Amino acid sequence: MKDRLPAIRIDDLTVAYDYKPVLWDIDLIIPEGVLMAIVGPNGAGKSTLIKSILGIIKPIAGSVQVFGQPYKKQVDKVAYVPQKGSVDWDFPTTALDVVMMGTYGSLGWIKRPGQKEKKLALEALEKVGMLEFKNRQISQLSGGQQQRIFLARALVQNAAIYLMDEPFQGVDATTEKAIINILKELRKAGKTLIVVHHDLQTVPEYFDWVTFLNVKGIASGPVKDIFNDDNLTKTYGINYKVAVNQ
Amino acid sequence: MELTDFFTDYTLRTITLGTAILGAICGMLGSFAVLRKQSLLGDAISHAALPGIALAFIITGVKDANIILIGALISGLIGTFWIKSIVKRTRLKNDTALGLILSLFFGFGMLLLTFIQKMPNANQAGLDKYLFGQAATLVEEDVWVMATVTGISLIVLLLFWKELKLLLFDADYTKTLGFNTRFLDILITTFIVLAIVLGLQTVGVVLMSAMLLAPAAAARQWTNNLGIMIFLASIFGAFSGVFGTAISASQNNLSTGPVIVLVAATFVLISFIFSPGRGLLFRKIRFRKNRRELHLKKTLTFMHHIVKEHENISRPHAIRILNNFQGFTRKTLNKLEDKKFVRIEGNQWAMTQEGYDEAESIYNQLGSEND
Repeated sequence: MKDRLPAIRIDDLTVAYDYKPVLWDIDLIIPEGVLMAIVGPNGAGKSTLIKSILGIIKPIAGSVQVFGQPYKKQVDKVAYVPQKGSVDWDFPTTALDVVMMGTYGSLGWIKRPGQKEKKLALEALEKVGMLEFKNRQISQLSGGQQQRIFLARALVQNAAIYLMDEPFQGVDATTEKAIINILKELRKAGKTLIVVHHDLQTVPEYFDWVTFLNVKGIASGPVKDIFNDDNLTKTYGINYKVAVNQ
Repeated sequence: MELTDFFTDYTLRTITLGTAILGAICGMLGSFAVLRKQSLLGDAISHAALPGIALAFIITGVKDANIILIGALISGLIGTFWIKSIVKRTRLKNDTALGLILSLFFGFGMLLLTFIQKMPNANQAGLDKYLFGQAATLVEEDVWVMATVTGISLIVLLLFWKELKLLLFDADYTKTLGFNTRFLDILITTFIVLAIVLGLQTVGVVLMSAMLLAPAAAARQWTNNLGIMIFLASIFGAFSGVFGTAISASQNNLSTGPVIVLVAATFVLISFIFSPGRGLLFRKIRFRKNRRELHLKKTLTFMHHIVKEHENISRPHAIRILNNFQGFTRKTLNKLEDKKFVRIEGNQWAMTQEGYDEAESIYNQLGSEND
């Protein structure tokens, strides 16, 4: 286990949009096969961290390595689930079509998706329980259904690492359960999952690894070792007490 | 002017063909501008082209349409990439950057036009036609240029269809899949600028953005499929060109550009009102129908509420007790009787088994619809 490359290794990462740094000197090692939550207050840089790993945002300093190489060389190993609100759901397309987009990366430039890609997309839709909505115009889907579509799109990529930006935001309890079950299944299959998460109460139940972030990296490690009042207080700045039953 | 003139009159045929092709390419590329929420970009580009038109004339001293178009193209592209870099590098928002570049370039262009008018050169007259366009100056060569550009952009569109669709829907995600979004962005923006520059001679700087947006906005109303939307937008654009030219040719002294834009606007108006899925008319009708049904359902469940207190659900009750219920009218009661949910006997009503079951199922549906 020791000599295996970490799924993601971040060194001295600093990101700023204007003058104020959003992320400051982050060092982080995410081992392969963990189901990890990134927690922290609003403006802590959680989404920015994910976007920096994916190369969407250029850092001022520092480096990110995915299985020992820059992201650009590992695009086929990483799948991204953006925040639901980041796209316009009135776009003229169907649920199936959006899920098919997950196959575009492996197809490469110009080549069109065919029967094989369609089959993969249908399987992913089935996995998230959305098969009956495959031909539905995406604006006609509920918030939870849209989130499932995004998840299905990432599943199609069949990646080794999944980065998810608040997949539980604005979804009901049923969808949350369905999503977490899929995440746990993926982890069982040896995938690495990194999830921006807001609900501190569910961290011990859902995740086995956690990173506390508030512009700087506060702590990162197994939930059972580091998910405690001390780290929560350091991250959120107030005296935090969560009923954690370890 | 007679209808047959369209097939015999060479000039008119050239102009009609030119405006039709122009409409088609504008509809096609305008769809991208609309879906990328860059509707105003077209307006900024066309205004930004004006100084290029004037400078091309000042530098070369000749009024050659192609040289002038190249000038327009260069200054249109400069304006576009200035806008993009302002948005990227400063805290100014997109609309501010657009407005800034639009007025800056247009002002500079107008300044140059006045300067040209004072030049001791007999050749100077007529540059102001680029403000509102003059379709009558279209010659066969212009139509060939338009057709070639349209053909190339169609090929590019088909070639990069998958990538462009992805970019339109989710640009960040496109990047994470390893596609070069900068290249795609420059590609599509360049073609939009090209289409606008091609239209300047016909429609003019001021109205050009309408050519870009109107067909696309109209097409969006009729379909939820991107391919069909782009196809429809091209058709609407082409028809606007043909009808606009015909109308302006049949009346003396009607300039073609504004008429084409008005025809395109009519397509938008009709689409916004009459399209089945998104149109105002059908939405209103659906809204009313839903409301009526909701009234019926509410009345029925209210009656159910009364009825279920009694052992015999079909026990008659006085109609006047319903008067307390807001939204109840005699009409709703008759409707419910038509559906056999209730029976009316004199001034009493009784619920049927069907009505009772229906009310129960309404309750059940309400419970499960929030899934």
